[in-house]
Amino acid sequence: MTEQFIPSELFLRVERKRRQKPKIRDERITLAHGSGGKAMHQLIEGLFLEYLSNPLLEMLDDQAVFELGDEGHGVRLAFTTDSFVVTPIFFPGGDIGRLAVNGTVNDLAMSGARPLYLSAGFILEEGFLIGDLKRILESMRAAAEQAGVQVVTGDTKVVDKGAADKIFINTAGIGIIERPLHISASRAQVGDKVILSGSIGDHGTTILIARGELELETEITTDTAPLWSLVKEMLEVSTDIHCLRDPTRGGVATTLNEIAMSSDVCIAIEESQIPVCDEVRGACEILGLDPLYVANEGKLVAVVAAEVADQIVERMRQNPLGQQARIIGEVRAEPTGIVILNTAFGGTRIVDMLVGEQLPRIC
Amino acid sequence: MKFIDEYRSGELAKKLAEEIARLADRPLRIMEVCGGHTHTIFKYGVEDLLPPNITMIHGPGCPVCVIPLGRMDDAISIATRPGVIFTTFGDTMRVPGSKTTLLKANAEGAEVRMVYSPLDALKIARQNPDRHVVFFAIGFETTAPSTAMTILQARREDINNFSLFCNHILIIPVLKALLDSPDMKLDGFVGPGHVSTVIGTRPYEFVPREYGKPVVVSGFEPLDVVQSVYMVVKQIVEGRAEVENQYKRVVRPEGNMKALEVICEVFEPRDYFEWRGLGSIPRSGLKIKKKYAAFDAELKFEVPGLKIADPKACQCGEILKGVLKPWECKVFGTACTPETPIGSCMVSSEGACAAYYNYGRLSKVAQTWV
Repeated sequence: MTEQFIPSELFLRVERKRRQKPKIRDERITLAHGSGGKAMHQLIEGLFLEYLSNPLLEMLDDQAVFELGDEGHGVRLAFTTDSFVVTPIFFPGGDIGRLAVNGTVNDLAMSGARPLYLSAGFILEEGFLIGDLKRILESMRAAAEQAGVQVVTGDTKVVDKGAADKIFINTAGIGIIERPLHISASRAQVGDKVILSGSIGDHGTTILIARGELELETEITTDTAPLWSLVKEMLEVSTDIHCLRDPTRGGVATTLNEIAMSSDVCIAIEESQIPVCDEVRGACEILGLDPLYVANEGKLVAVVAAEVADQIVERMRQNPLGQQARIIGEVRAEPTGIVILNTAFGGTRIVDMLVGEQLPRIC
Repeated sequence: MKFIDEYRSGELAKKLAEEIARLADRPLRIMEVCGGHTHTIFKYGVEDLLPPNITMIHGPGCPVCVIPLGRMDDAISIATRPGVIFTTFGDTMRVPGSKTTLLKANAEGAEVRMVYSPLDALKIARQNPDRHVVFFAIGFETTAPSTAMTILQARREDINNFSLFCNHILIIPVLKALLDSPDMKLDGFVGPGHVSTVIGTRPYEFVPREYGKPVVVSGFEPLDVVQSVYMVVKQIVEGRAEVENQYKRVVRPEGNMKALEVICEVFEPRDYFEWRGLGSIPRSGLKIKKKYAAFDAELKFEVPGLKIADPKACQCGEILKGVLKPWECKVFGTACTPETPIGSCMVSSEGACAAYYNYGRLSKVAQTWV
């Protein structure tokens, strides 16, 4: 399909519209703006970039990477921040505290940086139980230890009852890049292979079920995990890793779309190669969700040079966090900015970004 | 996964598709009435498997797509009343009314909550005795029984802060309206599955009898749809026109008597109901019977109740009738996108326009047609 891709008039018309600079037409923020989908991209590119733009921010990666000291001889650091507003705050396999540490650790790791130091800001609602706060802090301590980072600075604010929902946590982190690397969503090359580290949709499904609104019972737990150990081992095999992302909000589908657009390439994936565990599949079938859009908190997508893909996958599989790692697709030249899926059924379809959110407040 | 994978076998689908290609000796236009089938067709790329002389026409069986602007305005007007918690299925949040959407109304201070079932709405009513909870009831005969059951439950529990904004619609009158429409050129139907679990297969018998077109009631897995297309094609080439049931594992000829009973207990047909793009169709909608008037949000709240014409640019009507393919609409993908929908066919994942936009822009069909 791709080599002899001749776009139709319709396709070009839609693409022209898709590529227009996003404009914010809404008068108010709606939940869709926090979804990780198209509405959020519009908000970021149409509003935040307009006011705060600089070359580092414009990369729109999950972290900024910069050099301190003499150019070419200095220290390369990665810097990131993330806020956590998940509800419920405790759920099978984790809680908001563990998520807050792992989320920032992973955003650093996705640049190839070894995570070093974290900050933690707490916004607490009047009336929040100290016992719950203790539980959350204990799990942050454990997560930091596991990830090899320290929380070295912090902040606390308490707001009136109703002005926040129990507890919101912001973490920021700094990591160091110790190899000559250039990992960015904009670096996917035609011919590269796309690797996925394991089964998808566990975290989002866990949260949805933990809300208790659906009266479903399953054994699914969140997959939240610090991914630096996995990234480190991948880099030991080869530094020919072009993009790394952890597919959190918006899932694998959104992440692949971001890479396809940022790199101006087409990404083609095989549905039959994407692992989804039976419980997640079952829950998604019942709820009408597509696991490709459901959040993960301990998985990564890597776009790597074809020559090293198999070796990297082999090494990943030796790490408990990458046991199900596999190649799920490849990077093609045309049509640019688009993700296509060959369905297990034998058809082909586009995998677009979601407009809004499938589920609210998952991280 | 059991009970799923066997209905998604690409190998079996390929064999069936070859058989369809062998049988279909002329161009055939087959309508899948139900939005659930439309979604399946795009999500699994079913059209890629079918021979080029089979054209699938996507019908009006998506309740979100056929809700007219005026009714959305009424819903939003109820949602913005002080003291109201407005509950709805997620799909309707972004459906445009003439001025705004429920999603925006929510951001502006109304309380709109997404629920998965009308019983969830009733639960919210129990938990908030000082508020009035309204459930936005939409859907064909598929969802009407659960709405009716909720009303009965509310009455049993004597809950008086709960009501229903009823927009339930009926499949047979719209099917008849479609068949009577002069610009319809169809050779057969893939009939709705979920609706048929309630009404059975018998109500479709007028289609072959009076219009000479075959109907095959179909399941929702991709292999179900391909097999149903095969069954329709087979009827046509053999010169038959009958109602056949491909979805035997769920659908019975007589339907679900209990479900039909509760519908009749709580609801009665309206004289007319307005459909987006299709106009007013006699006895095609349900309203709450007088007996249960205490639960009727339309009586409780004064709604504007205006009939508002669809936007001029919007060609939803032609698309819902299958006269135009989604991409033949003037505004498809430019002024009307899933982010900024003009027509409701672009909102619901079961709408034909959204399905083409999200899944099908590269499909062989869309590419060769333009």
